[in-house]
Amino acid sequence: MNDTLAGWLQILALVAALALCHRPLGDYVAHCLTTTRHLRAERLVYRTGGVDGDAEQTWPAYMRSLLAFSAVSVLFLYAFLRLQNHLLLSLGMKPVAPDLAFNTATSFVTNTNWQAYSGESAMGHLVQMAGLAVQNFVSAAVGIAVVAALIRGFTRKRTHHIGNFWVDLTRIVLRVLLPVAFVFALVLVAAGVIQNFHGAQALTTVAGDHQSITGGPVASQEAIKELGTNGGGFYSANSAHPFENPTGFTDLVEIFLLLVIPFALPRTFGTMVRDRRQGYAVVAVMALIWAASVTVVTINELHSVSSPAGHAAGGMMEGKEQRFGIWSSALFAVSTTLTSCGAVNAAHDSFTPGGGGLLIFNMMLGEIAPGGTGSGLYGILVVAVIAVFVAGLMVGRTPEYLGKKLGSREIKFASLYILSTPAIVLVGAGIAMSLPGEQKAMTNSGPHGFSEVLYAFTSAANNNGSAFAGLQANTVWYNTALGLAMVFGRFLPMVFVLALSGALARQRPVPVTAGTLPTHRPQFVGLLAGVILIVVGLTYFPALALGPLAEGLH
Amino acid sequence: MLLHLPSTARQYLSALRILLVLTVLTGIVYPLAVTGIAQAVFPHRANGSLIEDHSRPVASALLGQNFALPKRNPADPAEQLRPDPRWFQPRPSSADAGKGAGPYDPTYSGASNLGPTDPDLVAAVGRRRAAVAAFDGVDPRTVPADAVTASGSGLDPDISPAYAREQADRVARARRLPSGRVRGLVEAHVEGRGLGFLGEPHVNVVELNHDLASLG
Repeated sequence: MNDTLAGWLQILALVAALALCHRPLGDYVAHCLTTTRHLRAERLVYRTGGVDGDAEQTWPAYMRSLLAFSAVSVLFLYAFLRLQNHLLLSLGMKPVAPDLAFNTATSFVTNTNWQAYSGESAMGHLVQMAGLAVQNFVSAAVGIAVVAALIRGFTRKRTHHIGNFWVDLTRIVLRVLLPVAFVFALVLVAAGVIQNFHGAQALTTVAGDHQSITGGPVASQEAIKELGTNGGGFYSANSAHPFENPTGFTDLVEIFLLLVIPFALPRTFGTMVRDRRQGYAVVAVMALIWAASVTVVTINELHSVSSPAGHAAGGMMEGKEQRFGIWSSALFAVSTTLTSCGAVNAAHDSFTPGGGGLLIFNMMLGEIAPGGTGSGLYGILVVAVIAVFVAGLMVGRTPEYLGKKLGSREIKFASLYILSTPAIVLVGAGIAMSLPGEQKAMTNSGPHGFSEVLYAFTSAANNNGSAFAGLQANTVWYNTALGLAMVFGRFLPMVFVLALSGALARQRPVPVTAGTLPTHRPQFVGLLAGVILIVVGLTYFPALALGPLAEGLH
Repeated sequence: MLLHLPSTARQYLSALRILLVLTVLTGIVYPLAVTGIAQAVFPHRANGSLIEDHSRPVASALLGQNFALPKRNPADPAEQLRPDPRWFQPRPSSADAGKGAGPYDPTYSGASNLGPTDPDLVAAVGRRRAAVAAFDGVDPRTVPADAVTASGSGLDPDISPAYAREQADRVARARRLPSGRVRGLVEAHVEGRGLGFLGEPHVNVVELNHDLASLG
């Protein structure tokens, strides 16, 4: 079989698997978010926490619970990292330095999983599985909880109630993430991913040399790392490491896992608003952008002559694994940067200027095609609100979406959402470039060095977590600055989404008339995709021109 | 109308208790359950697919190794490793902590992260091409891309079938083996794509060299 045919078959197999899961998984999540029945394990959680599982919350109460849970999570994880040397299974690792512990704690709680440390030389087994991996579950659930609250804003009328944060969090963890992760952790072990508690194991190699191999509970962490679009690798090399991702099969399983929930949630949305066509329109926009990006990045990576290093080597294999090759590396890279996952099976820093530049652009889209677990859907729904507003301006009537009027209050929250992340990215990268000391952190010089810094702030503020890893970011300044970028990039937009949900929920729905813009037709799909590309393009074009574009034209 | 609003302190206490319950479930019970089943059903794979000689592990089939000549001065961390012509050589690797252990160090996984226009990378690729061609006695233009580029993990155990075939004659000469036997061994180690279409064809250098050692 030739490369091109195999490459396309791989993409088709992935699309088929995602399409098969779209309906059942989407409907199952909708059921979990709407049912009034509690499982026994869930009652136990509510009782332990002293919360009422049958109570409803207003949007400020929902937000306070979410922020309290996240703040406690940051403090707990910070303490865990600082004290790891006193705990079981520490493998003799030292306590994590304060700035790195702050960065890592915020990184995992915000679903970013930016890693300024190397797992194999900094983290013991217990902190990986009971500290970092726990946040892989709960931070993903927090994202889905927020989108559940937003959807309730559309479906409910004349109420202040948008659900119960504790119930949404607990159900998503126990009913969705835990069972799926458990099954796929075993699939990954069966295919070669390791799962043990070995410390460093010294061996004499085939040629009589010495090598030290570090084991760990990798498969259990790998499954939720992808499923929750977290992306934090057990090892420094992440999913390029053969213990995390040993074969072409595990590679496709991992790509599938990181896409499956984000691509199924539009079905959840369609089911909950009782108009599945609305969900299809949203998933169509996501799929279009994903497919276009896969195509363009793959073509860039295949055309090695487009860059001096690729031309010299005869192929863009620097930073890529032989068992994956170009096609699987490009597919993984696009999927991970469009989902806020941030796991990598190849070094993005060494991609072609066009391919690597598009990976940055993917994140700049705001992680909405299909985006992170939950955050992808609420992100694209906020842009849909803007798109409906733009259409309303064209015909001169008050816009409405799913029967809810989009007045000045709603548009204010949506606009603040759209503006907050770019502000963090551009201000952060701007400050980093104006400080001569921080510029030294770049491995590469010239436009590519700027791309490394731009990538870092784009990745942090959009909660992606992948890197142009040449940037030596484990400094007090970068740990602090990127930690703050992750916190504000995660929670500011969430607050605006919850406020938007509250504003929508209290409205009385307006009837559909002949003048209502249909939001399920191809026309709206085109409008939404256009608004996404234009808003992002205009916001980031100057920054992209200084980095990847300058490098590509070099 | 609303639930009784808890005080801020109670809110945080609830958050902590729920975090602790979920930590027990997802951070302790879940990984232990996966480990238990994995160790019972797939012990070989769960423990890193180790290759053993006389019941002593000599490699993980998943992690690349160095196949280098002994150092002239083992105490000198700056001395570069020189490839041993008696072994198939892996790809260049960036997993080198610079402490003298050489590359393919599993405690230091990672890539070069050099950009596509980086002059150092372009120069390094040119140097590797010349060195590999001279070492294997082939035309520099035929050296495949994987032989002159470092992998993403620095632990890539695989090379392309083309690079393995290129090395077969040199290995046969160095070991005084018939060229056909070594070539046959290479072909037996060519692994196709998973299920016919997943990933890329490759040759696992560690397994190939391990079997080569038993040829004599």
